[in-house]
Amino acid sequence: MIAARARHWRQTRRLTVVLMALWLATGFCTVYFARELANITVFGWPLSFYMAAQGAALVCLAIIGVYAWRMRQFDRLYRHALESGA
Amino acid sequence: MSGQKSYFRRLSGYYAWFCVCFAGFLLALTVLENEGMPRLWIGHLFMFATIVLYATIGVVSRTSNVTEYYVAGRRVPALFNGMATAADWISAASFISLAGGLYLSGFDALAYIMGWTGGYCLVALLIAPYLRKFAQYTIPDYLAVRYGGGAGGRGGPVRALAVGATIIVSFVYVVAQIYAVGLIASRFTGVDFSVGIFLGLASILVCSFLGGMRGITWTQVAQYIIILVAFLIPTMWLSVKHADNPLPQVAYGSVLPKLAKREAQLAADPREHEVRARFRAQAEAYGKRLAGLPASWEQGKLEAQRRLDTARLRNVSLADVRSAERALAAYPKTADDAETLWRDQRSRLLARAQPPQPHAAPFPGATEAESNARRNNFMALVFCLMFGTAALPHILMRSYTTPSVHETRVSVFWTLFFILLIYLSIPALAVLAKYDIYTSLVGSHFSSLPTWISYWANIDKVNPLIQVIDINGDGLVQLAEIAIDGDVLVLATPEIGGLPYVISGLVAAGGLAAALSTADGLLLAISNALSHDIYYKLVDPGASTQKRVTISKLLLLAVAFIAAYAASQKPADILSLVGAAFSLAASTLFPALVLGVFWKRANHAGAIAGMAVGFLVCLYYMIRVHPMLGGRMDAAWFDIAPMSAGIFGVPAGLLAIVAASLLTAPPARGSDGLVDYIRAPE
Repeated sequence: MIAARARHWRQTRRLTVVLMALWLATGFCTVYFARELANITVFGWPLSFYMAAQGAALVCLAIIGVYAWRMRQFDRLYRHALESGA
Repeated sequence: MSGQKSYFRRLSGYYAWFCVCFAGFLLALTVLENEGMPRLWIGHLFMFATIVLYATIGVVSRTSNVTEYYVAGRRVPALFNGMATAADWISAASFISLAGGLYLSGFDALAYIMGWTGGYCLVALLIAPYLRKFAQYTIPDYLAVRYGGGAGGRGGPVRALAVGATIIVSFVYVVAQIYAVGLIASRFTGVDFSVGIFLGLASILVCSFLGGMRGITWTQVAQYIIILVAFLIPTMWLSVKHADNPLPQVAYGSVLPKLAKREAQLAADPREHEVRARFRAQAEAYGKRLAGLPASWEQGKLEAQRRLDTARLRNVSLADVRSAERALAAYPKTADDAETLWRDQRSRLLARAQPPQPHAAPFPGATEAESNARRNNFMALVFCLMFGTAALPHILMRSYTTPSVHETRVSVFWTLFFILLIYLSIPALAVLAKYDIYTSLVGSHFSSLPTWISYWANIDKVNPLIQVIDINGDGLVQLAEIAIDGDVLVLATPEIGGLPYVISGLVAAGGLAAALSTADGLLLAISNALSHDIYYKLVDPGASTQKRVTISKLLLLAVAFIAAYAASQKPADILSLVGAAFSLAASTLFPALVLGVFWKRANHAGAIAGMAVGFLVCLYYMIRVHPMLGGRMDAAWFDIAPMSAGIFGVPAGLLAIVAASLLTAPPARGSDGLVDYIRAPE
């Protein structure tokens, strides 16, 4: 049980770190390189404007979705481990 | 599980009925308007009908059970919790002012969109699931139990600090919401500003006083639906008009290049140059008078007096005498007053003498350094808004209300989803409205101005929301001749797009719903902190559940009246500090909340040091730099605006927790067990 719990927390932590890094990269790059990205146009939008107005927010939504989905898998694995262990 | 499913189905049924009735109500009003019902009645009907609706939901979900009152019985399904949190989140500022801000400042205002959505990643990944696992009632609850310390290890000092932060942050915020309620009510129904405030207050009170968290949750779901419909209908209309596509979030990409072309055209237009040159000349005249103080003040006063005397002697029309009298009465009383007033006017004129900035260009600036300063400020603001979002008690409180930890994670997903339905269309609305104004209003004749301009110009005579004056006397509207207040944009969009007045009433009802729903959540956060954390946990731990709920309701009433009184004083200084609430929340609460879960070594002394240092650093920077608090912008660090003080406060708070924790003894064994419990799956 202790081992299963420790593994669950390790998985949670790794997922959190990966997703937070993605979140940070999206937000930071959008703003820091905005002037360079403004020269690239995607369907009418300058890329930096699109990222700041919609793109970064949609990435966030995806991050939260992936987190909820993966965490449910981790929770299930943990429950299986408990049942097979008990 | 099947109980939960049937509950969900029943709720969906109720809200489906609500949507049908709402659509019927809109249709009926459209028909009535065609039959010639006066505008004022439509405004009254909207305000009255929505307030009665919220009050009814409040009465239906009345409760005096502690769990129902504080956390809605912990059985709100993720989807509905997401909707309610979205309504909680979408304040009057995001509904009314954000699109206007984007219209006025282009790329710079996107910091709000990024910050207010990106913060939900922090909520979802670092805070919400752990709070739900902890399963108590308030945010100070969690901090006090996790960090302990104080008399008997019950965490009294930590709790008191957290309550203090909760109250300061939420109170500033709630005053702004109630102020917006008064503004919308008075503009659309013609009632007095303070009457509007107390009408709004009545509806807030009926639902949160009777039903607590349960009442406001179900009201907020209804409010969200109204907000969504009210925002999307006019935006979609404009989108069809200018891009032949009913999806504004997608369509405005094709309008953006057209807008850029039009902006370039206007920047080079000789008539625009002429108007801007006039503004520059007026600004220079003020500059001369400023340089000649105090003699120029004396001279101006004499001149104003002389003008009045000659007007009286020459027996000109009464209106001219009146205007000369007014000019003398409005003349600054002292040379110091004159200096502030003239400086203000000069900077306003100089701003109007600037050519329009390209809407989509990031960080325009004359020099590299200026442009970099704007970029850094943008980043700092995004940072503060994100971390502030993740530390606002009325949002975090919502993670307690779902049936399980998994549902909490899904609920944050739905929250952001529902927020994005609105937020992704805000930049679209700004671009579409801007294109509309730049193409159809600019260049039109003064003799044929659309009616909405005079309507909105006359609502507030002292500070007109919109002003179009023929500066160069050519009979045509130039862009530089239009002065528009950001707040008017969303409210006037239906009229700009040529929609019937029903839609204007709907937009006002949407703005009202946005302000009321946020005020509901904030008031509950404050009164829960006072009743649960101060009264029950610190003053009288033996109180019966009945007594706790009663005390909570009484405190809610008291806080609501204090907030309404503060708002009715029209406190300009409080309103300008709302943005600062995010920085304060982030610096004070965020480090303690996150390290509490992710760092077992964080202890009682660390938490106290972190909260105090974060708060003080943030406050110090604001006082140092904010002009309204007596600071100067020259004293800024790295040119960061005072509103973004959190960029210094958050790291300072984190460092203080780490340093103080390591310097003192590790936390008691119980706290280790608690952290393990919070981290473990259900």
